[in-house]
Amino acid sequence: MSERAILHIDMNNFYASVECMLNPDLKKYPIAVCGSQEERHGIVLAKNYKAKAFGVSTGEAIWQAKQKCPNLVTVPPHYEQYMRFSKLARQIYGRYTDLVEPFGMDEVWADVTGCQHFIGSPFHIAEEIKETVKYELGLTVSIGVSFNKIFAKLGSDMKKPDAITVIPKESFKEKIWDLPATDMLGVGRATEKKLSSVGIHTIGQIAQFPVDFFQRKLGKCGVDLWRFANGMDDSQVTVRDIEAPDKTVGHGMTALQDLENDAEVWKFILELCQDIGHRLYVFNKKATGIAIAVRDNQLFTKQWQCGLPVPTQSPSCIAKEAFSLFTRSYDWRNPIRSLTVRAINLMSLDTPCQLDMFSDPIRVAKAESLDKAIEELRYRFGKKIIRNACLLDNPKMSPHDNPDIIMPTGVPM
Amino acid sequence: MQTIKHVKQPVAVVVTVSRDGQVRPKKFQWKDGHTYTIDRVTKVERAASTKVGGCGIRYTVMVEGLPRFLYDEEGKWFMEDEVLIEVTE
Repeated sequence: MSERAILHIDMNNFYASVECMLNPDLKKYPIAVCGSQEERHGIVLAKNYKAKAFGVSTGEAIWQAKQKCPNLVTVPPHYEQYMRFSKLARQIYGRYTDLVEPFGMDEVWADVTGCQHFIGSPFHIAEEIKETVKYELGLTVSIGVSFNKIFAKLGSDMKKPDAITVIPKESFKEKIWDLPATDMLGVGRATEKKLSSVGIHTIGQIAQFPVDFFQRKLGKCGVDLWRFANGMDDSQVTVRDIEAPDKTVGHGMTALQDLENDAEVWKFILELCQDIGHRLYVFNKKATGIAIAVRDNQLFTKQWQCGLPVPTQSPSCIAKEAFSLFTRSYDWRNPIRSLTVRAINLMSLDTPCQLDMFSDPIRVAKAESLDKAIEELRYRFGKKIIRNACLLDNPKMSPHDNPDIIMPTGVPM
Repeated sequence: MQTIKHVKQPVAVVVTVSRDGQVRPKKFQWKDGHTYTIDRVTKVERAASTKVGGCGIRYTVMVEGLPRFLYDEEGKWFMEDEVLIEVTE
């Protein structure tokens, strides 16, 4: 079989570039796309190269960014535009191959193996894609060209913006073995710590260490890392679109002001569960467990999970269980900044399930049929047509309590 | 001091749609209310407007003997306009 040709295409500073593209006046300033400060999402989501030069980094608070760059222009995010440009870019990639695998909103892998005979070399295809994206969308991309997905991704990170990096099979050792281990996909902060504790700092060192060591130290993922570093990644580019994961369905939110007692938490959980119940209903799933994550005002996060007595998709049942888990687990050492509820271990709605002697499936079935009626009302007359009375006055919740897109990988709902 | 600034100028457009769905702009109404007739469409392509921002289907049209760009951005049509603005030093 001939060598594979994989491209990894990364749209440079995606959010910030789209903002500058839509408003070219912004191009001359250092800009940062930031969440709303009023809703306490005031962090930098993306920045352009001018802001980067001042040391502004993604994830930091706006005030920190402004300390580094006093002239920083902050703009609110426009997710619908990012989705639009992401979709248009994918249409361009689709002209060259049908094997396109998204990795977040702004990155994809594209398998162009076999296209050489019709279109040109992988480098030529990469160049065409780069120029077409610039011409049609006014955005720049960095492309990595290699014989596997890991090295293609590494390549797209090596030269930015508006550049192509080729990592061929014959010379990958010279090109990448000197790079820091953290540059490779799969090496995060925790893994890096473990690796540097034994003196492994570069990709080359990973490749040259005995594989048994990785098996012992990091298990299966460690062996994968060793294979990646040696150019042995054979994972396929799988065609899929950004889809809601069907293993869990969750919803989390930062409160406008810290939550200080159980009553406020109950309202918050109930509101979050409305959305979870709706999505379970749409996906035809029921949850067999729930998980909650609490972040306090010291930014300390803790999670708990438990099983549900009867699998359900009813928001009220899920909310009650989530609240009960919360009261059992949280000791109120600090007021709460944000809360997330997730329905976990999902199963298809028609899966038969084992009942036990102590739970009350009839009560759950009644709650579900009530929730189904509510769903139908909302479907016909809009989301706000019927609400729990206690949620009518919920001052600590953002009025835009239902984002269309969940950051950062963009799961459209 | 005065300088030229490019701005996005939304325009009302008269188009024809053929049986196979092909859209052709015929006339457009400029900001002053004057309606211009499009003599010829010389090029249709997807393109971004680097001057005023936005992207969509770009029609290169001949109007009174001069080529102009007319963009269809998701059903909203615009052209590139130049205005004089006052700049304070």
